[in-house]
Amino acid sequence: MRTNDILSAYRSRDIARRILQSIKKEAEKLSRPVKFMHVCGTHEDTVTRGGIRSLLPNNVSIVAGPGCPVCITPVEDIVKMMEIMRLAKESGEKITLTTFGDMYRIPTPRGSFADMRAQGHDVRIVYSIFDAYKISLKEKNLVVHFSPGFETTTAPTAGILESVENDGVENFKIYSVHRLTPPAVEALIKAGTSFDGLIDPGHVSTIIGVRGWEYITRKYGVPQVVAGFEPVDMLAAIYTLLKMINDGEVDIKNEYTRVVKYQGNTAAQEAIYKFFRVSDAKWRALGIIPNSGLELREKYNWIDIRSRYNPPTPSLPDLEKGCICGAVLRGYALPTECKLFGKVCTPETPVGPCMVSYEGTCHIFYKYGALI
Amino acid sequence: MKIKMEHGAGGEIMERFIKEIILENIHLRNAGGIGLDELDDGATVPVGEGHLVFTIDGHTVKPLFFPGGDIGKLSVSGTVNDLAVMGAKPLALANALILEAGTDADMVKKIIASMDEVSREVPVPIIAGDTKVVDDKIGVVIATAGIGMAEHPISDAGSKPGDAVIVSGTVGQHGMAIICARESIKFESEIKSDVGPVWNIVKSVADAVGWEHIHAMKDPTRGGISMALNEMARKSGYGVEIKEEDIPVSPEVRAAGEMLGISPFDVACEGRVVMVVDKDFAEDALYAIQKQPNGKDAAIIGKITETYPKKVVLETVIGGKRFLEPPIGDPVPRVC
Repeated sequence: MRTNDILSAYRSRDIARRILQSIKKEAEKLSRPVKFMHVCGTHEDTVTRGGIRSLLPNNVSIVAGPGCPVCITPVEDIVKMMEIMRLAKESGEKITLTTFGDMYRIPTPRGSFADMRAQGHDVRIVYSIFDAYKISLKEKNLVVHFSPGFETTTAPTAGILESVENDGVENFKIYSVHRLTPPAVEALIKAGTSFDGLIDPGHVSTIIGVRGWEYITRKYGVPQVVAGFEPVDMLAAIYTLLKMINDGEVDIKNEYTRVVKYQGNTAAQEAIYKFFRVSDAKWRALGIIPNSGLELREKYNWIDIRSRYNPPTPSLPDLEKGCICGAVLRGYALPTECKLFGKVCTPETPVGPCMVSYEGTCHIFYKYGALI
Repeated sequence: MKIKMEHGAGGEIMERFIKEIILENIHLRNAGGIGLDELDDGATVPVGEGHLVFTIDGHTVKPLFFPGGDIGKLSVSGTVNDLAVMGAKPLALANALILEAGTDADMVKKIIASMDEVSREVPVPIIAGDTKVVDDKIGVVIATAGIGMAEHPISDAGSKPGDAVIVSGTVGQHGMAIICARESIKFESEIKSDVGPVWNIVKSVADAVGWEHIHAMKDPTRGGISMALNEMARKSGYGVEIKEEDIPVSPEVRAAGEMLGISPFDVACEGRVVMVVDKDFAEDALYAIQKQPNGKDAAIIGKITETYPKKVVLETVIGGKRFLEPPIGDPVPRVC
């Protein structure tokens, strides 16, 4: 309840109204419509749940970028993990696969992890990698955690790997599909997605700091604001971006100072880079993005399940015909522009990954009934 | 097809299942009033000048005992409330108990005592029953049927543009109490289920403003007020506009909801009523409800409109607008 007291200002109707007034004033000064992008499922949740788009002037729009790590996890990796389970079963080794509830249901042309369970494989849903690690300590069989996530989730992964190393745990492996956020933003800019300002994800920024985003402004002239997750945080970020545009200021500001520090969480950064090295990596529906993936360093290769089983990776289509998740993840389209949205594609019968994950833009739009 | 949890979760899947597997295979579905096809809280049979209202409800909840009540209190309240929201004074109940072999007799006695307590509070006698013991792992299942008399039956489809929407107390208490009990989540002040009969509330409004000014009613059980308001919007053909800040939610339910990522609007109430009242009588209706001990937190939360027909529009705390959709799947299964 105390948290509610602290956060009440960030949910206040009066404060929200005052910022909205200021947003309207700044918007009137704009010479052209502006588009701001965020890259975080939780930001999309705040925007849609609060009905923020319905409050903004017509010349200010918010689009969602690739802010959902589960959505962009390559089909090939999910299918490869399934192949690993089949290989292990054939060779007489029992694998317990753990992953998150949304990852579990992500569809691919070869089915989902949920289908693997229906076929008799041991697939379990966990809330964190720590739960997966606890299973490996309790049970003797091989536990493999299929590990998606941006910087925020990679930090706890590194923490668990520290324990795996220190305790010499042999029956715990991971399949890393961890990704880094800023390189994806950079890739979008290079590929021609244009936006007038970037709202940086508070959770990711807690780890990488304001520092981790600076080069985007420096290199590409995009104003940025690091923002928290209450409605007032988002409105304040939108206002700050508008003000910077009208003042001709190209900078990065931190609205989420109650959590995010300039240098970020340096201990977490060290832990991540102790275990992982940066590599080029595929993002579902976005292609290969340079320096955007995290792979275990050679020294820790033994924790990678692929060091034990490494079946060939099949080449598969990213999305079903008609699914526009790719355009949604690039910030080109909102889910309501998709012909399948809410008709063929619902959370109960999802066609694309963005309708499955809690952080997927389509799921959020459906759940909260977005009114554009 | 095999039956899955989703077939009982109250969503589209359940609706299709009821239509295709149940309704289409029963040929006599109406006794001259509101029948099976309406899928209302109960059915009506015209008798002389009035209407006999008939309903039945199966109860299965895990855990059987939870903060604020137990399956006994739930079963009597649930059936009384289904009658009450049809505008019927409860006349009598019948109970079928299905028990797993090995169930503790003292526990059954406690459940029966709870049923007795609610039955005397309403008051409504329990005049028939049946008991079965099975060796399947089912715990305790109670089916409660009830009859009542209504001079003016109220369906959930009768909303008219301009009408006020009233909720009789804080929402989401029951669902959130159950999930916290299941997950062993403790707060400084325990979340108690709101389970209880609402006939007194309905009657107080009818006495104050007259049955004819209550246009629609529903008890927001499974799926919470999100589900109830959407059903009322769909069945009436009009839209519902509500304000988030006017919807009563207790601080502990709000906190639990945020922690669990579950909206209090999406989980069950078991002692509340959503009432759509002619706007000229809304204040009087509200005042009547607030005078009842289980109605002191009642509030007018919105109105019926012609914009966005069949949809529920929520004005958020910061003044934004979005649709309030029925919950996806079942955020908290086996609550009632």
